[in-house]
Amino acid sequence: MRKRKRHTAGWALFFLAPSAVPLLLFTAVPMVSSLWVSLHRWNLISPMEWVGLDNYTHLLSDPGTRDVFLHTLAYCAGYLPLVFAGGLGLALLLNQRMPGRAFFRAAYFLPVVTSWVVVALVWKWLLNPTSGLVNSLLGALGAPQPGWWTDPAWALPAVILASAWKDLGFVMVIMLAGLQAIPQDVVEAARTDGADAWQRFWRVTLPLLSPSTFFVVVISLINGFQVFDQVYVMTGGGPSGASQVVVGQIYDLTFRYGRAGEASALSWILFAVILVITALQVRGQRRWVHHA
Amino acid sequence: MRSTIVRVVGVAAGAAVMLAPFLWTVVTSITPDGSLAGGPTLIVEDPTLAAYRELLDALPMWRIAFNSFWIAAASTLFQLVTGSMAAYGFARLAFRGKGLVFGLYLATLMVPMQVLVVPLFIEMKTLNLQDTYLSLLAPSIASAFGVFLLRQAVESVPRELDEAATIDGAGHLRVFTTIVLPLIRPTLATVAVFAFMGSWNSFLWPLVVIRSPELMTLPLGLSTLQGQFTTDWAVVMAGSVFSVLPIAVVYLLAQRHIIAGIAHTGIK
Repeated sequence: MRKRKRHTAGWALFFLAPSAVPLLLFTAVPMVSSLWVSLHRWNLISPMEWVGLDNYTHLLSDPGTRDVFLHTLAYCAGYLPLVFAGGLGLALLLNQRMPGRAFFRAAYFLPVVTSWVVVALVWKWLLNPTSGLVNSLLGALGAPQPGWWTDPAWALPAVILASAWKDLGFVMVIMLAGLQAIPQDVVEAARTDGADAWQRFWRVTLPLLSPSTFFVVVISLINGFQVFDQVYVMTGGGPSGASQVVVGQIYDLTFRYGRAGEASALSWILFAVILVITALQVRGQRRWVHHA
Repeated sequence: MRSTIVRVVGVAAGAAVMLAPFLWTVVTSITPDGSLAGGPTLIVEDPTLAAYRELLDALPMWRIAFNSFWIAAASTLFQLVTGSMAAYGFARLAFRGKGLVFGLYLATLMVPMQVLVVPLFIEMKTLNLQDTYLSLLAPSIASAFGVFLLRQAVESVPRELDEAATIDGAGHLRVFTTIVLPLIRPTLATVAVFAFMGSWNSFLWPLVVIRSPELMTLPLGLSTLQGQFTTDWAVVMAGSVFSVLPIAVVYLLAQRHIIAGIAHTGIK
C-alpha cells in the first residue's frame, strides 16, 4: 500500500510538473514579486526604495486614478450593451433557417479572429476625421462629422465602436449555442398557450438564455476592464489623456515615467476591482440565471 | 416568406458592415500615394503595389509573419501537452494536497497579464532573456484555463474504460495516450483554438519584451508602422492585409471547428 502511494506521487509529479513549473516561474513568481515591487519606489534602474503602502494611498487619492477608472468604466458601459444587443440580435436572426446562413455566420465571425492591432488600425483609418470612409459617408448624408480620435469627446466612442465591431461575432456564437440548447417543446408549449412572438421572447427565450447571457457579461466585463491594445493603437490614451484607461496608465507609469512601484500597485487595484465585480456577479446570478 | 426576405436583407446589411472595413483596407493598400486625401473611392484608377514594396522595405514582414505563426503553433502545442497531462493528473490520480494544488492553478487563472507584465519583464531582464524568442513564448507554455477545461473533459470519460485497460496491464501513460486523449479531442480542439488565437493576437507582452524587428510578431510590427506625426495609411493598410490574409485562410479552412470550439465554452 505504502509503495503504491509513493508510486502515485511519482506519477502525479510526472503529469503535473510540465504545467506546474512554467506556471510557477512565469505566473506565481511574478505575482508575488509584483506585490513586493508595489511596496517600493522604483524606476527599473536604480535600487528599490521601500515606501510601504504609499503607492496605494497616493494612487487612491490621485484624481488621475479616478479618471482612468472612469474612462475604463465608460468604455464598458458603451461597449457591453452594443455588443450584447447586437450579438443577441444576430443570433436570433441566424437561429432560423435562411439562405446563406453559413456564409453570414462566417462573415460576422471574421473580425473575431483578426488581431486587435489590425482592427484598431483599420478603424483608425475608417474614422480618420478628414479622409476616412465613415466621415465621408456622414458628409454625403449631410450629417455632422465628428473628429473621432482627434477629439477628446469622441476618442472613447471611436474605441468603443471598433471594439464592438470586433467582438460582435464572438457574442453571436455564444448566444447561438445558447439558443440551440433551448428545448423546442418549451417554446412550442408557450405557443400553444397563445403566447405571441414578443411574449415568447421575453418570457421563455430570454430567461432560458440566461446562462449564456451571464457568461457573456462576466467575460465582457473582465476583458473590458483590461482594455488596452485598441486604446494604445487608436488614441494612445489621448487626446490629452481623454481616453486613457487603467492598463494604459500601468504601461505608461512603468515604461514612460519610470514609476514601476506605482504601476504594480495600480495593477493590484485593478485586479481587486475585477475580482469584486466578478464575485458580485457570481453571487447575483442566483436571482436571474435559470439553469435548465 | 416575406419575413424571411426581410431577415435576409437585414442580415446581409449587417454582413456588409462587417466586411466593408476589410474591403476598404484592401482598396486603401493599392491606392497610389496622394490620392487618399481626396476621400474614398471604391474603384481605384491606377492600382499599385507600391505600398507593399514600401512595407517590405520598412520591416522584415516575412520573418515577422513566420514568427507569429511558429510562436502561436508552439504555444498551442505546449498548452495542449502540459494542459492535458495536468488534467489527467487532477482527474485520475489521488495524491496528497491535490485540492490545494488545483486551487493554486485556479488562482493563476484569475491574475490578469497586466499584473504580471512588469515583474515578468524584470524577470526576463534578470535572466538575460529579454528580447528573445524564449521570453516571447515563456508565459504561454502552460495555461490554467486549458487545464481547467481539459480536467472537466477527462472527468467525463467513464472510469470503467481506464479500469478495463488497467486490468489488461496498461499503465497511466498508456491509459492517458490511448484512452483519455482520443476521447477528449473536442475539448483539445477548443483549447487549441484559444491558445492559437491568444498567441496570435497577443500585443502587450511582445510590446514590453521585444525590441528587435526580426523578433517581432505581426501585431507588434504593425503597430510600429504608425508614425509619430504622420502615418502612411496605404502602407499601414498593406501591413494589415498582410497580417489578416494568413489567419483568414486558416479561419476559412477550419471555420466550423473554430466556431464550434468557441461555442463549446459558452454552454458549460
